[in-house]
Amino acid sequence: MADHAPTGNQPPNSKVQLALRGYWRANMRIMAVLLCVWAIAGPVCGILLADRLNQFRLGGFPLGFWFAQQGSIIVFVVLILGYALLMNRLDRHHHDELQRLRRDAEG
Amino acid sequence: MDVQSWTTLFVGLSFSLYLLIAWVCRVRDTRGFYVAGQGVPTIANGMATAADWMSAASFLSMAGLISTMGYAGGVYLMGWTGGYVLLALLLAPYLRKFGHFTVPDFIGDRYNSTTARVVALIAAIFISFVYVAGQMRGVGVVFSKFLGVGIERGVLIGMVIVFIYATLGGMKGITWTQVAQYWVLITAFLIPTIAISIKLTGQPLPQVGMGSPLVGEGVHLLDKLDEIHREFGFNSYTEPFTGSKWNRLNVLCTTLALMVGTAGLPHVIVRFYTVKTVRAARWSAFWALFFIALLYLTAPATAAFARYYMFDSLQGKSEAELPGWYHKWNDIGMVLWLDDGDGRVCYSGDDRNELFRGGNLSTAELGKIASEHQVWLLTDHDQGADGRGVLRSKGLSGPDRDIIVLATPEMAELADWIIALVAAGGLAAALSTASGLLLVISSSVAHDFYYRVINPQATEAQRLLVGRAVIGLAVVIAGLFGIYPPGFVGEVVAFAFGLAAASFFPAIVLGIFSTRVGAVPATLGMVIGLVFTGGYIIGNRFFDMPAWCFGINATGIGTVGMLINFAVTLGLTPLCKSPDEKTRRLIESIREPEGAGPAVQIETTPGH
Repeated sequence: MADHAPTGNQPPNSKVQLALRGYWRANMRIMAVLLCVWAIAGPVCGILLADRLNQFRLGGFPLGFWFAQQGSIIVFVVLILGYALLMNRLDRHHHDELQRLRRDAEG
Repeated sequence: MDVQSWTTLFVGLSFSLYLLIAWVCRVRDTRGFYVAGQGVPTIANGMATAADWMSAASFLSMAGLISTMGYAGGVYLMGWTGGYVLLALLLAPYLRKFGHFTVPDFIGDRYNSTTARVVALIAAIFISFVYVAGQMRGVGVVFSKFLGVGIERGVLIGMVIVFIYATLGGMKGITWTQVAQYWVLITAFLIPTIAISIKLTGQPLPQVGMGSPLVGEGVHLLDKLDEIHREFGFNSYTEPFTGSKWNRLNVLCTTLALMVGTAGLPHVIVRFYTVKTVRAARWSAFWALFFIALLYLTAPATAAFARYYMFDSLQGKSEAELPGWYHKWNDIGMVLWLDDGDGRVCYSGDDRNELFRGGNLSTAELGKIASEHQVWLLTDHDQGADGRGVLRSKGLSGPDRDIIVLATPEMAELADWIIALVAAGGLAAALSTASGLLLVISSSVAHDFYYRVINPQATEAQRLLVGRAVIGLAVVIAGLFGIYPPGFVGEVVAFAFGLAAASFFPAIVLGIFSTRVGAVPATLGMVIGLVFTGGYIIGNRFFDMPAWCFGINATGIGTVGMLINFAVTLGLTPLCKSPDEKTRRLIESIREPEGAGPAVQIETTPGH
């Protein structure tokens, strides 16, 4: 496996390491929040609480049934959209930060 | 034009299109062969992933399963879409950054171990074969029903088509063919359901129609279904956890197994290698789920409509009143009626039931049961045998679930061309998944096994030749599975998911999110997860082993297998040595989003 590290002027390693660690922590936070939403929409509302939610109605649907067959899927799609937007923004920030470090190293 | 001519026309047109695409995209190097030169636009890749992944099971079996299972059918809906979330969040971007061909490749490199690579390889090949068998069966069902050729010949035609475009175009050809197949299958699924929704509830959106009152009755469709189910002794359509098979624990375990299994399926994961950047991998995952959701949000509506029509068109009918679709499916043993003597059909969930399916019984066996039943009726229960009891004891109550999507447009008396379109869609779904899987099998053998383990000096041409030969062999084996199937389509697929959940998922997730886990714990985890899950499913299904593990059935046991895998791996990790410096650098480079993309030139990378 070859390294894909960028070539050219390298900023000091410790700062890059720090940037990467910060990026990874932010990544884990986003993931944890989104996975919680995932768990609530799918396994919790669709299964664990389905019988209780079925006492309520959404139009012609019993609510628990709706979550199991419609609601959870809608939430999942929105969730991945949110993930793509959030993470790609985070990646851009990280990219800018590395660029700055590289410029600092040069200057 | 009748249904058969329309079907021949649609199937002919769509097949020509697939072959044309394969010819335009034909490739000569291994990179294009396995990962489409990593140059596929994200939306197209999303569509191809959706087609790859929506198999004959999604298209043909799923709505049928939901239709008979009611609420519990949600396990497939939540399982197969929720798994996508796990895939997008936990695996896709990192595997893209890693930038190699296949899952066994990742596991082999990450754990720096040939043993781990070979274990992953065996799991990938086995899962793919189990899965592909179901697809070929789907091809056979469509052919035999709509084109009047036998299941054997139908499977054979499907095999030839897949072989041509998979070997000619490689991943690039398959990707663009799958884009075309997506359009065929989604149109084929949406048009009939929208037409039925308008007819039944006056709502053009099936998702709304499903929760709307029936035209002219003022009763909500779902309430009506619940009422019919109560009257004829079925479990409620909308109430969860009815009956012992689908209690809360089993619904949860099955859903989780399907979710985690989706994320571990090799032919889905390989898709994320075909986009340019990590960003694109994330967008690609979004588009894929978006396109999948179009079908998955419609399938429960199809299921509810089909359920309604099943009762509406059969219940209480006499021999002369039976609809045309009943006779067609009756001819190939997918549905049969054994009367109790009153001359009226009764479809119920209890002893009154008179509708059955042939299952794996031969025509001769079915004929014998039917004639014995006739004797039993004529002699006033004196001689012969009650065929209903015989079939009930074999678990063959109710029509075959695989026909429901295909038969619903006919039940609703839609136009002939719509019915034909559904047939073309079913074929598209089966063929797209089969081709993706065959490519995984071929790359696993040619790249991971032949090139990485047996002959690291192999030239490009040699590897391409091995790849194509393996596809040929795999097509033949898959076809045999299709002709002599091990179970019905949906069930076979569930087996593959359980195994994927119990083997790959923990190894890949821990490989990315832990720098501490080494080769020995990960390999042992995979082996134990596989053996436990495989053993439980086989024991439970084929050797009458009781479901001793908290009553969890075979479809849900993958979740337990996954937990065992995690436990074994994490439990052994402190006892074994941590990965070397090289591996740690590899993990760091996977986590770092920078530096991926066009810079990754796999074939020219030194030392590879």
